[in-house]
Amino acid sequence: MTVDSQNDNVTIGVFARLQPLLARLLQGLLTLLAVSLLIFLAARALPGDVANMILGQSATQEQLDSLRVQLGLDQPLWWQYLIWLGGILRGDWGTSLSNGQPVADLLALGVRNSATLSGVALAVMLPLSLLVGVIAAQFRDGFVDKIFLGMSMVANAVPDFVTGTVLVALFATTVLHVLPAVSFIPPGDSPFSYPDALVLPATTVIIPGVMYLARLVRVAVIDVMATEYIQTAELKGLSPSRVLFRHALPNAVAPIIPAASLVAAFTVGGVVVVEYLFAYPGVGSALVDAVTNRDLPVIQANVLVIASAYFIFNLIADSLAQRDEAAGQRQSKA
Amino acid sequence: MEMTLTTHQRVRPRRASGWWRLWASAQVRWGVILLAAMTALVVVGPFVAPYDPAAPVGKPYDVPSAVAWLGTDNLGRDVLSRVLSGGVYLAWMAPVSALLSVVIGAAVALVTAYYRGWTDLVLMRSLDVLLAFPGILLTLLCVSVFGPQPILLVGLVVLTLMPGVARVIRGAAIPLLDREYVLWAKAVGTPGPVIILRELLPNVSSPLLVELGLRLSWSVGILSSMSFIGYGIQPPAADWGLMVSENGTGLGTQPFAVLAPILMIILYTIGGGLIAEGAARVMARTEGKA
Repeated sequence: MTVDSQNDNVTIGVFARLQPLLARLLQGLLTLLAVSLLIFLAARALPGDVANMILGQSATQEQLDSLRVQLGLDQPLWWQYLIWLGGILRGDWGTSLSNGQPVADLLALGVRNSATLSGVALAVMLPLSLLVGVIAAQFRDGFVDKIFLGMSMVANAVPDFVTGTVLVALFATTVLHVLPAVSFIPPGDSPFSYPDALVLPATTVIIPGVMYLARLVRVAVIDVMATEYIQTAELKGLSPSRVLFRHALPNAVAPIIPAASLVAAFTVGGVVVVEYLFAYPGVGSALVDAVTNRDLPVIQANVLVIASAYFIFNLIADSLAQRDEAAGQRQSKA
Repeated sequence: MEMTLTTHQRVRPRRASGWWRLWASAQVRWGVILLAAMTALVVVGPFVAPYDPAAPVGKPYDVPSAVAWLGTDNLGRDVLSRVLSGGVYLAWMAPVSALLSVVIGAAVALVTAYYRGWTDLVLMRSLDVLLAFPGILLTLLCVSVFGPQPILLVGLVVLTLMPGVARVIRGAAIPLLDREYVLWAKAVGTPGPVIILRELLPNVSSPLLVELGLRLSWSVGILSSMSFIGYGIQPPAADWGLMVSENGTGLGTQPFAVLAPILMIILYTIGGGLIAEGAARVMARTEGKA
């Protein structure tokens, strides 16, 4: 908080509030830079010669050499990194080694599909976790609450692919046959044109998310309901539902917002496994395919996109949590 | 939280140590029992398996019969034998990963919290960089470079989980530094390492156990997920995560080849979940009391 004392109060206020955010942003950019270097080095270290892979076994040494020059593989490593980074910043993400298409186009397709999946999942998750959390709090320590707590422990412990496979068994293959087990979406089509293909992947993400967030809602509602403020509202003779929805719930939402952002980050990080499970055409399944094909530019691009999204949601979660902490400190001082 | 206060307190001696208080939680006990049972099953399993887990005993995706109690898998191998043999890797890799994450994370957290200074800053910032990278991506990248060796997988899981542990334990340790007993120990000239081991460590036992349970579940999750997407334990070895992906196409005709390994993974992760949950409740109770 090193603020120039010459500034007037308003700028001090704005600056003091922005400064930690700016520091975090700067730190974040450095982190992303480190991540990009890691991605670059890891992708370069993949076994197998790229030129050999493209031209096949029958290529002559001259053909291989000229392709290496063309791809810039003869340059020193740090130069290749700078060229690559410069390209990324200018929107030139290179071409896929396995099918020759521009990486940017493939990426746009994957990002749209993955963002749709995560977006739908989050849009259902947030209101649903409020509802479940409030119900659990209402029946606190009762049968419903105990069932909820047990289920949430299981849902949060079990890996995503297990949840997803159980859903496939229940709704697509073994018990019922109402939903597709594989999310086939032709390239170029919007996932919204195939709503049934979205249901199971989204549900796989929604279940652990709801079970985690609803727990926090439950505790927040229980805490708020015990405050004098709510007791006063009850003593005034307001109806229980009015007390709950108009007075308690808005106060219970605040603590879960940073957690929701964290869940968004985990959702982004978890797309790899969920998309692979359902063969859903997003960045996650594209990444697994690219690793199998040793498709360097595609690997780098997809990892960078997933890591950036993960990072942004983490940053939001962190700064929201810090803001809440600061607000709490101000309150306790007052 | 006050309603649960009375039941456990009455039976415990007044100055119960941190670990004893944790063992008093029924959930912690059940978690430990479940994990012990699973470990026993995994260790004994390969010896009681009716068939060689790698040898075909019938036609692919055969339903359960007197020959193969849980049916056969995609290559006609006995599902029961493969389930009994399929936890060997997970049974040592997951606990080792979880333990190392917690031990290293706690050591980093306690030392940096106590000594502060620039090493603290550098260490915690580098851990932030690690936290900013989704674990499964790091694992996928490194395994694709170096191949799926078990030791490498363990190292990567530790690298993924350790920063989170360090953050939590550091958060739990910092308020302790202002407590009277720590200030007193400092005032009488107790050396730093002794204060860390004797004053700080016992007072973060509950968050440590929460982390251990949680990280055990997550280790199982990451390791079996890696096997599932094909970058963990490699065929023809029997492995639960691998079995789920191998037999996915037969889910309609022979669900047991998928559901049996899934049940194993669920039981294993629930063991860790129960420990974390029980320890968290003990923590909430003791904090409520303070």
